[in-house]
Amino acid sequence: MTQYIIRRLIQALFLVWGCATLVFFMVRLIPGDPVVQMLGPEYTPEAAEAIRVKLGLDEPFHIQYLRWFGNVLTGDLGGSIATGKSVVDIITTGLPKTLSLATLSFLIATAIAVPAGIVAALRRNTVFDYVASVVAFIGVSMPSFWFGILLILVFAVQLRWLPAIGYADPMEDGVVAWLERLILPSLAIGAAYSAILMRFVRAGLLEVLSSDYVRTARAKGVREHAVVLRHAMRNALIPVVTVMGIQLALLLSGTVVVETVFSIRGIGRILVAAIFDRDYPIVQGVILLIAVIFVMANLLVDIVYTFLDPRIRYG
Amino acid sequence: MARMIEAVDAPHGVSESASAAVSSLTSARQQTTGFRLLRRLLGERKAIVGLVIIALLALVAIFGPFLAPYHPDNDDFGLLQPPSLQHPMGTDSFGRDLFSRVIVGTRVSFTVGFLAAAIALLVGGSLGLVAGYYGGWVDSVTSRAVDLLWAFPVIILAVALVAIFGAGFSNVVLAISLAYVDDFARIVRGETLSLREEDFTLAARALGARNREVMVRHIGPNLVAPLTVQLSFAVGLGILAESTLTYLGLGVNPTTPTWGLALNEGRDFVRQAWWISVFPGLAIVITVMALNLLGDGLRDALDVRGVSDV
Repeated sequence: MTQYIIRRLIQALFLVWGCATLVFFMVRLIPGDPVVQMLGPEYTPEAAEAIRVKLGLDEPFHIQYLRWFGNVLTGDLGGSIATGKSVVDIITTGLPKTLSLATLSFLIATAIAVPAGIVAALRRNTVFDYVASVVAFIGVSMPSFWFGILLILVFAVQLRWLPAIGYADPMEDGVVAWLERLILPSLAIGAAYSAILMRFVRAGLLEVLSSDYVRTARAKGVREHAVVLRHAMRNALIPVVTVMGIQLALLLSGTVVVETVFSIRGIGRILVAAIFDRDYPIVQGVILLIAVIFVMANLLVDIVYTFLDPRIRYG
Repeated sequence: MARMIEAVDAPHGVSESASAAVSSLTSARQQTTGFRLLRRLLGERKAIVGLVIIALLALVAIFGPFLAPYHPDNDDFGLLQPPSLQHPMGTDSFGRDLFSRVIVGTRVSFTVGFLAAAIALLVGGSLGLVAGYYGGWVDSVTSRAVDLLWAFPVIILAVALVAIFGAGFSNVVLAISLAYVDDFARIVRGETLSLREEDFTLAARALGARNREVMVRHIGPNLVAPLTVQLSFAVGLGILAESTLTYLGLGVNPTTPTWGLALNEGRDFVRQAWWISVFPGLAIVITVMALNLLGDGLRDALDVRGVSDV
């Protein structure tokens, strides 16, 4: 097992290195002169030269790469072209909001998907199963930002139960205000994630419930809830954990768009604003961070998996 | 089957005719299975429903400008008018008929979705085929490159590519297609890994068929089923990605009527004019749902494993 974890860790580190390299090439791939693109109508030869020096674009290519990589390793992602502020500082202001959103989305989605998937599997071909399947189908077919707009229309505009936009700091404004502003965007982000998880929980449980060892447990007279919870669920949830990891991409992508709908200045909104401002150091920093979060989260899932699945532990 | 066994027993690299026999056997088998699959597909309710909706939407995409009651850019109808008999989906903030814009927008969404999925299929499919067939260092290098694409969530990768190359129709199509290359590459690689060990592949190779011929004529046809299923899902995902990019202001073109653009333009009027935010979104949901139904139905009919809409 230790060997497996070490191998996955090395793979993940290589992947992060690859991501950093790809992000390095981003600015260099901009058609034409990237500095001209960045400055737009404010272009002057002096300003262009200053930016070239600032971004190290005046140096030989291999030096640029080594410097970029060295800086990334020390946590230095450069400075914003527009404001001069450190990219790490800018990201740090948005990251807690994005992580709050992603975490709450994950929790809400799991809290809905797992019980719904279990009940749908246990009551296969009943009204509940059909309704759950249809709702899940709609969930995976719906753009998260559109669902966010619908939630605003219903819960903020019509019913006036929750605020439509903005973010509250849990320390300054209180946990209740924080939660009130996070519920709708979290639901919007978590809908598709929840739909996918629910389908996997249902399919996984149905498969396990028809297996020999479950039949044996029933034949021994084990009560149905113990068969489901103690025998079937353990194995049914193993593939679900993998899906949870892979689908984190959906949550991260969702936050980028939904933050725009709900005017939350997390890293997604920072990214979109930076693209419009052609502030490429920020764009590079945010994209690299998202890729690293995704790779590391999947590494974590793989490690959790080794504890859940004895075939890996003893394999 | 007997002919195939004879062909396998024949000396290495001998006969063109024996090689042709393997090919004709392969294609004959595919023809019979083709009819069987068509029958199974027709028995899949989900696939039929999905197919019918997609066919209707395709007609709307093709004949949209003739079906729309008004020109999509005609702004003579009053600002933010609620739905009525004259304007079933109301009017937008410029005074244009939303129904006409949603109808005309079908073409762009469909085109982007299909083109992006087709390019992703061609590029990802080729990469997966080569990686799975040759194995060794070719597989290692290709798989690592595909892993790299996988590390960037689709929308993030598409946003990054649009940030580099700029918005616009072709850049959006390329950005979305590149973001889905890894899905196709993984599926094709996995299938090819097992197909290259099948008897008919070994027979073709034993008869001296060149690698390209084995890949195109013998392995390729067996990839049609999983690729068709994945293509169906990918078109839907492409439409979702296009609408997301356009909503963020990074999409096709600010003057081309698309569903994403309509939603983007309705952003500031959510409180006053709900219809701008609701109807174009419904069009997206219905389309993507139909494609997912088709994909699900095809997956069941073709008995494809390992391809998922998620």
